[in-house]
Amino acid sequence: MATSTIVIHRKKVEVISPTRQRATGIIEILLGVLIFLFFRRTEPGMVARFVMTPGGLDRGAAPDWLIPAYSTLLVLAILTVILGLVQVWRGFGRWMNLVLSVVVGLTVFSFLTWATAGKSLNLVGMLSAAILLGVPIILGAFSGVLSERAGVVNIAIEGMMLMAAMVGALVGSVTKNMWVGLLAAMLSSMLLALIHGVLSIHYKINQIISGTVINIFSAGLSSYLSAKFLQTYQQLNNPPIFPRIPIPLLADIPVIGPLFFNTNLFVYIMLISLIVIQVALFSTRWGLRLRAVGEHPKAADTLGINVFATRYMAVLLSGLMAGIGGAFFTLGSVGRFDEMMTAGKGFIGLAAMIFGNWTPLGAFGAGLLFGFADSVATKLTILGTGIPTQFMAMAPYIVTMIVLAGVVGRGQMPAADGTPYEKE
Amino acid sequence: MTPVLQLKGITKRFPGVLANDHIDLTLNEGEILALLGENGAGKSTLMNILYGLYQPDEGEIYVRGQKITVHSPLDAIRAGIGMVHQHFMLIPVFTVTENVMLGAETVRMGDFLDREKTAQRIREISERYHLEVDPYAYVRDLPVGVQQRVEIIKLLFREADILIFDEPTAVLTPQEADELFVIMRELVKQGKSIIFITHKLREVLEISDRIMVIRRGKVVGETTPAEADKAKLAEMMVGRTVRLEVEKEIAKAGEVVLEVRDLVVADAQKQITVDGVSFDVRAGEILGVAGVQGNGQTELVEAVTGLRHPISGTIRLLGEDVTHATPRKITELGCAHVPEDRQRDGLVLTFPVSDNIALCTYYKPPFARGIRIQEQEILKTAEKLIQDFDIRTPGPLVNVGNLSGGNQQKVIVAREFSRPIRLLVASQPTRGLDVGSIEYIHKRIVEKRDEGCAVLLVSSELDEIMELSDRIAVMYRGKIVAIVPAEQATKNYIGLLMAGVSPEQAGAPQVGERVVESTL
Repeated sequence: MATSTIVIHRKKVEVISPTRQRATGIIEILLGVLIFLFFRRTEPGMVARFVMTPGGLDRGAAPDWLIPAYSTLLVLAILTVILGLVQVWRGFGRWMNLVLSVVVGLTVFSFLTWATAGKSLNLVGMLSAAILLGVPIILGAFSGVLSERAGVVNIAIEGMMLMAAMVGALVGSVTKNMWVGLLAAMLSSMLLALIHGVLSIHYKINQIISGTVINIFSAGLSSYLSAKFLQTYQQLNNPPIFPRIPIPLLADIPVIGPLFFNTNLFVYIMLISLIVIQVALFSTRWGLRLRAVGEHPKAADTLGINVFATRYMAVLLSGLMAGIGGAFFTLGSVGRFDEMMTAGKGFIGLAAMIFGNWTPLGAFGAGLLFGFADSVATKLTILGTGIPTQFMAMAPYIVTMIVLAGVVGRGQMPAADGTPYEKE
Repeated sequence: MTPVLQLKGITKRFPGVLANDHIDLTLNEGEILALLGENGAGKSTLMNILYGLYQPDEGEIYVRGQKITVHSPLDAIRAGIGMVHQHFMLIPVFTVTENVMLGAETVRMGDFLDREKTAQRIREISERYHLEVDPYAYVRDLPVGVQQRVEIIKLLFREADILIFDEPTAVLTPQEADELFVIMRELVKQGKSIIFITHKLREVLEISDRIMVIRRGKVVGETTPAEADKAKLAEMMVGRTVRLEVEKEIAKAGEVVLEVRDLVVADAQKQITVDGVSFDVRAGEILGVAGVQGNGQTELVEAVTGLRHPISGTIRLLGEDVTHATPRKITELGCAHVPEDRQRDGLVLTFPVSDNIALCTYYKPPFARGIRIQEQEILKTAEKLIQDFDIRTPGPLVNVGNLSGGNQQKVIVAREFSRPIRLLVASQPTRGLDVGSIEYIHKRIVEKRDEGCAVLLVSSELDEIMELSDRIAVMYRGKIVAIVPAEQATKNYIGLLMAGVSPEQAGAPQVGERVVESTL
């Protein structure tokens, strides 16, 4: 029997190019120099005090963390420059991205140490804020993962969240029940998702256009209703908000407890969705079929999988996630609706999805990173560093961009993403 | 005994075309029935009806005497019908196991995939039918021949016993094709029945038990390999006598026209696909580049014609360095290009035939005077070339997109061959064409050679290379592994080189062993 198995492994010439190796090294050296500049502006004996318990909480308390700023910064600066030099000379090969991430992390930490030197900063409070700021981004990213894995680009997440935020506030205020508000928010977002589905799956309209139409429609309608009713009659814009729910025992763990187990319902929903979607996509029949439809719908069709039904289901679930993300603004944090209050979080969610390579876990990490960037900017503005606040708000994004360009390789987008399926 | 499958009076109309006209077909248990016909004869339509992808306008389908209706592939799968599609229905980023189980997953605890159980079944099937494959490999890492095995396993996993193979050898090396035939024999031995769709005569004679020929949607005859020969089958298929072999004299090679040295080219993904290639093409000879598709031929042709910048190396055309020259410069030096994907790179489908004919020289007299295009001149030239090159079109102002594949290719040939050219670069010049057009294009290429033009012919059809070339270069993983004079090349030897066997291991070719095979 002559079944030879000649396996053609294409020659991978994707070795890191010398230019890229050197550029990465130079970036690392520059970051090292930056840390050194932080060091130059501290005095020996200065101590950075990081508070490890968020304000207003007594469960899961942890002692403050004291860091000698002067010596720590010097060590970190030297370490970073050495890593950068090694990178320029020899390169870390396949560990390059990891080393770069570590260096970027060290830089951020050095920056915080310098800013806090001689003062005190509530570090865990900042992380806790980062998580809350990340919630709508991450839920938006999950929304994108669900729909794009099935091959439908959902650029309408922003609009869905905005509509859900408005409906959640309105219904929550009228019924004086946050649960009913949440349900209404989810339904309103799913209705928009249904429209997106009908336009882009049934009528095969360009998915970007369909999504943009929904965004414009939501912005218009929610602003109109808000101006006409919600802002005029304050009793229509005063929904109850979900309280903090401590989880017994877990809430008492220092640091981890306050961050993850003594918080808002939406954070729990986010964590549960993360696990559920991750497992469902990659380990169940449902997920296999959904991904098949997003990769090669014709192949799925020839195996008897209903491409249209699968895509509708995915888009509706996407709407559901976006709805929860939207409700967070009014029912989970602020307690009232303001025009355009989602402020582009839905789009940042899409960026987090791409950054996270269309996986829930990756999107979660990316969303946390974006949330952290936001949180650092706000906290340090309060702390006062002498840097103009506008630059403070920019800096975390610049770091994020470096990471995006350097660490994230070519993502693997679902092959049929954005292409309507034509049955012959 | 009741036949396994019977189609009665299947008729399918598409707007303006009668794709299937009352077709009757019978498949007996344990036989390989070849369905032979040209492109567009209606073979694939018929099989898509059987597989539930199209609905017939008339006609009935019986499986083991039972009448069935097939509204979707699911109905076909339930009736035990499986199809290996011409373009594989595999998901590259999934593993073999995931691809095989998709749509018929083994699950536990509700909805969780049981990959191990499926992998076990795949191993059993592999063993029983000699279909070697690693269940946990990703499909994108597998060579085409192995991917095809995965397609077959997909059918066997679903316990299909009527297997349809739609042009299965189109993407395979000769060795892989031979392996496929062994597998097909094994399958029928174990009780499966096979319908084999093709337009290649040699394969039909080699593998089938019975042959059914379709032309223009109608069954025109039935025969067996014992009763038929190539000439007879070709005649049935085309409806007239066809000359199967190209007649050509020994080449009279002249001066070097194209000189390529140490050429390195990367593809769009920045992977090196042409890796240090050197060769010459002389006036009056055809250098054929053989190789399985994706071994760098596409990028080589793009570099030579100026469409892709090489990383290093030199290309000289008539002594002039054109390594980084623009396509227009190269065209003006006398290079003609018949591109691999004629619809994407060769023609503007929404332009009329006349404008497509003027595409290379529209900016020069007589087609242009100053900045004005001379419509009348273009039209006059187009009409003349339509006559000379026998392009079947209602007129020069009909959009090229509305012509058949063969006539589209003739438009390109007319445009490129009617200029005074010194080098012809033809990439997959007859892909997807019918027998008549292949015969015509081959004749024209040999004519050009005899006029003293240098020809670089790239094709993944080994038969075509063997038939036309004076020298054969074999490309494998971006390198030219050998350049063999045509009279010393045997199909087996070239096939081994294409599969990556080194020239030493493949054994030196024996003079006189060469058998001229037709491309059909």
